[in-house]
Amino acid sequence: MTRFLLPFVLTLLSALPLRAEVEIQEITTPGGLRAWLVEEHSIPFTALEIWFRGGTSLDRPGKRGAVNLMTATLEEGAGEMDALAFTRAKEMLAADFDYDVGDDTLSVSARFLTENRDKAVALLRESLINPRFDQDAVDRVRGQVISNIRSDEKDPSDIAGRAFESQAFGDHPYGTSSNGTVESVTALTREDILNARKDTMTRDRIYIGAVGDITPEELSALLDDLLGDLPETGAPMPTDVTPALTGGVTVIPYDTPQSVALFGHAGVERTSEDFFAAYLLNTILGGGGFESRLMTEVREKRGLTYGVYSFLVDKDHADLWMGQVQSANNRVAEAIEVIRAQWADIAENGVTQEELDAAKKYLTGAYPLRFDGNGRIANIITGMQIQGMPLDYPATRNDRVNAVTLEEINDVARRYLRPDDLRFVVVGQPEGLSSTN
Amino acid sequence: MTLSFPARLARWATALTLLTATMASASNDLVTDFTLDNGMQVVVIEDHRAPVVVHMVWYKAGAADETPGVSGVAHFLEHLLFKATDTLASGELSKTVAENGGTDNAFTSHDYTAYFQRVAADRLGLMMSMEADRMRNLRLTEEDILTERQVIIEERNQRTDNSPQALFAEQANAAQYLNHRYGVPIIGWRHEMETLGLEDALAYYERYYAPNNAILVVAGDVTPEEVRRLAKEHYEPIPPNPDLPERARPSEPRQTAERRLTFRDPRVAQPYVSRSYLAPERDPGDQETAAALVMLSEVLGGGQTGYLNEKLVFEQKKAIYTSAYYRGQSLDDTTFGLYIVPAEGVSLEDAEAALDATLTQFLKDGVDEAQLDRIKMQIRAGQIYERDNVERLARRYGSALTQGLTIRDIQEWPEILQRVTEEDILVAARDILNRDTAVTGYLMASDPTPKPAPEVSQ
Repeated sequence: MTRFLLPFVLTLLSALPLRAEVEIQEITTPGGLRAWLVEEHSIPFTALEIWFRGGTSLDRPGKRGAVNLMTATLEEGAGEMDALAFTRAKEMLAADFDYDVGDDTLSVSARFLTENRDKAVALLRESLINPRFDQDAVDRVRGQVISNIRSDEKDPSDIAGRAFESQAFGDHPYGTSSNGTVESVTALTREDILNARKDTMTRDRIYIGAVGDITPEELSALLDDLLGDLPETGAPMPTDVTPALTGGVTVIPYDTPQSVALFGHAGVERTSEDFFAAYLLNTILGGGGFESRLMTEVREKRGLTYGVYSFLVDKDHADLWMGQVQSANNRVAEAIEVIRAQWADIAENGVTQEELDAAKKYLTGAYPLRFDGNGRIANIITGMQIQGMPLDYPATRNDRVNAVTLEEINDVARRYLRPDDLRFVVVGQPEGLSSTN
Repeated sequence: MTLSFPARLARWATALTLLTATMASASNDLVTDFTLDNGMQVVVIEDHRAPVVVHMVWYKAGAADETPGVSGVAHFLEHLLFKATDTLASGELSKTVAENGGTDNAFTSHDYTAYFQRVAADRLGLMMSMEADRMRNLRLTEEDILTERQVIIEERNQRTDNSPQALFAEQANAAQYLNHRYGVPIIGWRHEMETLGLEDALAYYERYYAPNNAILVVAGDVTPEEVRRLAKEHYEPIPPNPDLPERARPSEPRQTAERRLTFRDPRVAQPYVSRSYLAPERDPGDQETAAALVMLSEVLGGGQTGYLNEKLVFEQKKAIYTSAYYRGQSLDDTTFGLYIVPAEGVSLEDAEAALDATLTQFLKDGVDEAQLDRIKMQIRAGQIYERDNVERLARRYGSALTQGLTIRDIQEWPEILQRVTEEDILVAARDILNRDTAVTGYLMASDPTPKPAPEVSQ
């Protein structure tokens, strides 16, 4: 089908920049904090990432939503400042602080100008070390969270996500929404918020990445000042959970023109020796490009959807191989049939050498391109630490992708892709689909 | 939401411009521009920190340049540009980009359509050869039309019909414009999308896709000399379209009657009020009024410390959220708007009344000088932070240049913002807050009642 190939394409391919050009330094502060740093002095600001392993999965029993509400209230007043005074101080320094939390990680992202660094860090420190959690601030944010929960209850994608998680993870924290329910959030007290902070924001679970206009010495002093007074230890991590999904279809009736479907079964651990083969396989199957099998079959050939994807979900305590599609109510059954058939075809017949080569070229070529901005690099190097990767990972990662053979990837396809085990959760009024078992 | 999902394809951008996206521009010495012999403008933005380049071609044609009856055709054509040309098979462009480690996509607004790839810097020539090819050599089939039309209808399902907020915004926007095509959704009205055909797509393509209607933006690890050499090789041989129509759309008449609408949908969990006013846009050499409106939107709705938030969320506790926006970058008349999301137990009528009372109070109180200083400080910092994201800068230039501005306008903009005074902001506020040009909308829940299933083609 290739009708046109520029003569210089192949020679250029050999010139692919296979290694990410990023020099990471590891520092250990006098106070005992470890951090990774990439110095980049051409723009006078620094991006700083501070991540705490644990996240909303550390909610105490009966307190679902506490860690989320606590995180959202960190910037609502600290030290001598109430919420408005804190925000005004931040604006005057033109610093950005972002506090976010997911199932496994609470993250604080900051960026500040070199000229304002000391003041910005002092302000950030107040929100991390001395947050006030004033009752009126907690109540104000609580109102916003409850509004979000109510909206999620009427959003077909969120309805599908919650139903899928509930089937997969049951009573494990992964099985319910991090936001909590209207009831659980309504019942949270200021004491619960203080406990949520004690459980999650501690030095024993911290990962730090910095990129920008700062030296190792400056960063070291900054970090001890910023984080030295955090408590040493918090709540124990949750236990691992095996997804309890069974093959079949769950239909959740909802009056909306387009059905939303999530599907999946058990996945692949990031530390498994099968991981790189699975990662390549997922790229070929439905990894987000227009060329994937699922996009080709469901969208490009049949026009059944705007987007269809598969993805490896690697949580700290569970792994899934999932996908997502949205199709009109009278077409979603056909989309699901095509997805199942592709899943089965790859499991049975594997992928071709040509597909594997194309996926390798894409992944190895794209990898160095990720390292193109202070904020992006800070995220990458902090993620690498929390996933336990070595300092030289960026230099070796593409070799590991290239080492995967056709035999290995097809062996992984046979062992992991199990079309009969796929559970589809469909929200909408899908024609020709009904719930099984 | 506790599962993580991949980003969805962003093939369709709304005309919404966030404030941060209107503030800054790169240091001028990083930007070079020139024009090819066939009229194609070229902008180069240098950033040598990583061996990456973003290659974009922007057409000065968007949904508002469509002819009546074929709404959505600009966006439909954008999808079809990934099909076959004389030399590329259908899908081969994206496949080639991926095999080179790159990503590609496209987006359509009311004023422009743009195509881009992000690749290693040494692949720039290959990207240009393919992008130049599809500027003139597209070869569409009836099969392409039938399949891709289903895709855009599913896209409309996903973006609009599955979302009461989007349906509400679509109706409110249609009420805002009495004559201009900005009132028609970019994705298209569903009943017209269902009839879009090969001839409609080709008519738009032949009329607008030409080098003298396009702007090339290249940003990243390149030099202007290299871009010039490659652009001369790949783009300059394409002949200009001598019949390119002048870019003149129907303009708005004077608006003299307030419009109000209520949208009810059982899928609404959180009701809110929207208000938009017809507003002037940034014009070449004449950006002062727009700058004052940017500052007004920041003073009223900028984050936690905006005037509306302070009064309505913190003091009166009438709302859980308020915001103000101004879409200053636009070829023709644009909008200034406000949202208020009421606190529990507050009716939409009460929320709207509180909003209007607060606006009245603002005109009496004037602008807090310290707040204005903070906003200006953030704008200055924005110019530094912005250099961290060269792709965003490329978009800034591409969108501004296709929306009637010049490079000089883009580069003068941060200084014009710095010069805005309290008096400028109050004058702008008194002018803009005119209910005769306004659309006020209520988004409300309704009881689920049986209704006929929406029709889907085929």
